[in-house]
Amino acid sequence: MTIGLDHYLVVSAVLFCLGLLGVVTRRNLIVMFMGLELMLNAANLALVAFSHFNNDLHGQILVFFIITVAAAEVAVGLALIVALYRKRQTTDATDLTDLKL
Amino acid sequence: MDLLFYIFSALTLLCGLLVAFNPFSRNPVTSAMFLVLTIISMSGLFVLLQAYFLAAVQILVYAGAVIVLFLFVIMLMDLKEAEHRRYRKIATGIGTLAVVGLGFIIAGTVRAAEPLATETAAGETRELGRLLFTEYLLPFEIVSVLLLVAMVGCILLSKREEAPE
Repeated sequence: MTIGLDHYLVVSAVLFCLGLLGVVTRRNLIVMFMGLELMLNAANLALVAFSHFNNDLHGQILVFFIITVAAAEVAVGLALIVALYRKRQTTDATDLTDLKL
Repeated sequence: MDLLFYIFSALTLLCGLLVAFNPFSRNPVTSAMFLVLTIISMSGLFVLLQAYFLAAVQILVYAGAVIVLFLFVIMLMDLKEAEHRRYRKIATGIGTLAVVGLGFIIAGTVRAAEPLATETAAGETRELGRLLFTEYLLPFEIVSVLLLVAMVGCILLSKREEAPE
């Protein structure tokens, strides 16, 4: 059986779910961030697969931009986490309950 | 080629699972290392899809820059006590259940979709560059401004606050 678009899409979907699992179940902000990265990468994989099987390079351009924006996002997010750690001495999401009534 | 696909996707998914849920270690450094492995095996998948440029960019940007950033931040913090937190079983169980449900929905959508045309395109780097610098010139420049803004933002956020007068 030859490898088609479906195979790549299934891998991408499972990877997305793993990333979501990381965000939902782990409480460490840094590991949650890694889960976000996994989800972004899953989307990238789906886009590259679509681009390949539709003979269209625009999908790859989109992936290029996604990678760039993700790098910027990681930099700002980690700076925020560092600033938070400096103020509160924690990176655990369960300790951040300022908005709770 | 088929065998390579199975090897790379199995590696990707296994390492992805170990990023999110590692039964042996709760250490963020372990997660970061498995994230590197995920990224590298995913760039193998990109090569199989003939997106050579993106495979290189993936390794350079993610494995080279993003993970180093993660490791630096982990190093800056003392996360010893975080490892010893107990699992909150109910919340973890419900979260896992919800994610598995979502996975079934997505898989069902993929299976129900019409098979697409199977012409294949080689992601030739020259063609990609031509598109990037003609049709996508404006987004390209905007992204560079975005990177500059992100850099300024990072410096501002992580600067030590001056004591007020």
